Amino acid sequence: MAAVDDIKSLQETYAGKVLETVEFRGEQTLRVTLDALHPVLEKCRDELGYAMLLDISAVDHLGEEPRFDVVYELATLDDSKHLRVKVKVAEDALVASAVDLWGAADWHEREVWDLMGVGFAGHPNLQRILMWEGYPYFPLRKDFPLAGLPTDMPDVAFSGVAPMEGGPFVATVGAPNTVLREPRSHATH
Amino acid sequence: MVSPTTTTLETAYDSKIESNVIVTRIDAAMNWVRKNSLWPMPMGLACCAIELMATASARFDISRFGMEVMRFSPRQADVLVVSGTVTYKMALAVKRIWDQMPEPKWCVAMGACASSGGMFRSYAVLQGIDQLIPVDVYISGCPPRPEALIAGLMRLQEKVDTEHALLDQKRSMLA
Repeated sequence: MAAVDDIKSLQETYAGKVLETVEFRGEQTLRVTLDALHPVLEKCRDELGYAMLLDISAVDHLGEEPRFDVVYELATLDDSKHLRVKVKVAEDALVASAVDLWGAADWHEREVWDLMGVGFAGHPNLQRILMWEGYPYFPLRKDFPLAGLPTDMPDVAFSGVAPMEGGPFVATVGAPNTVLREPRSHATH
Repeated sequence: MVSPTTTTLETAYDSKIESNVIVTRIDAAMNWVRKNSLWPMPMGLACCAIELMATASARFDISRFGMEVMRFSPRQADVLVVSGTVTYKMALAVKRIWDQMPEPKWCVAMGACASSGGMFRSYAVLQGIDQLIPVDVYISGCPPRPEALIAGLMRLQEKVDTEHALLDQKRSMLA
């Protein structure tokens, strides 16, 4: 069964809960409601054969309501089919944890909690994983500056504001060669 | 013996005395001993650590300078080579290791990240280890080639040569 058929089967089972399906360059994406997330993931793992969770990630749509998008990347063990499951989450809402389905979800969910502030219900150890426990912000949110904010926890860690000096220096997307792709490139062709 | 050069020498070698005595200052002798046996404490945090390892290996060989003795205990090391990105989370650990090193100690900031935060101007990266500990030599590069690291360590050797070793020791004993 290809991923397309999996999507159809999921759409039939969870008729009202599947909000959207997208197919782009051979990749299948499924958008579900928050309450149907865990049953859908469970069905993907048990019946449709997606034994591997590759990634859990989150997107911040600042200004939209609900604010966050949590994205699950699933794959079969032989890498023959991939499926993406997305769910929209409001700012203080909790997402059902996928730790009981895939052990890999443990640290991915901790990372989403640490950097975006999306909580997971049922997670055995929902603590910060990259920043330190007690750091007051969620750094990858859109309203958090790249340069950082000053914080101080004596004997644990501190953080300062990085000097941007006119940056961030990002490469130009879609430039035809590496000379033009350089940030602050003065070349014309 | 008349010295043929006009620069003042730290040492003088008198061949007329039977046992071939070298006359020098205690400072010069202590500096010579220290600079030729700088034992690094590799604070290998990221990619620069790979270049540090390469410098220690056969092709580039810092054993020529007496520095192949990588002491991972700060109590036994002389120079802290901070090689790699210092995140804020790691920063206080680096400071603690530096505090545990006994005098005389030096610090080398190897690479762009240790010198100034490197390409990571962000919320998570300390913008240069010199915000926490005094750095003696900065080595630029991302990562610096082993030759550059060796050149930096040789600069450190020249810096060690200019120290007042005995005077500093006397001062710290009297203080």
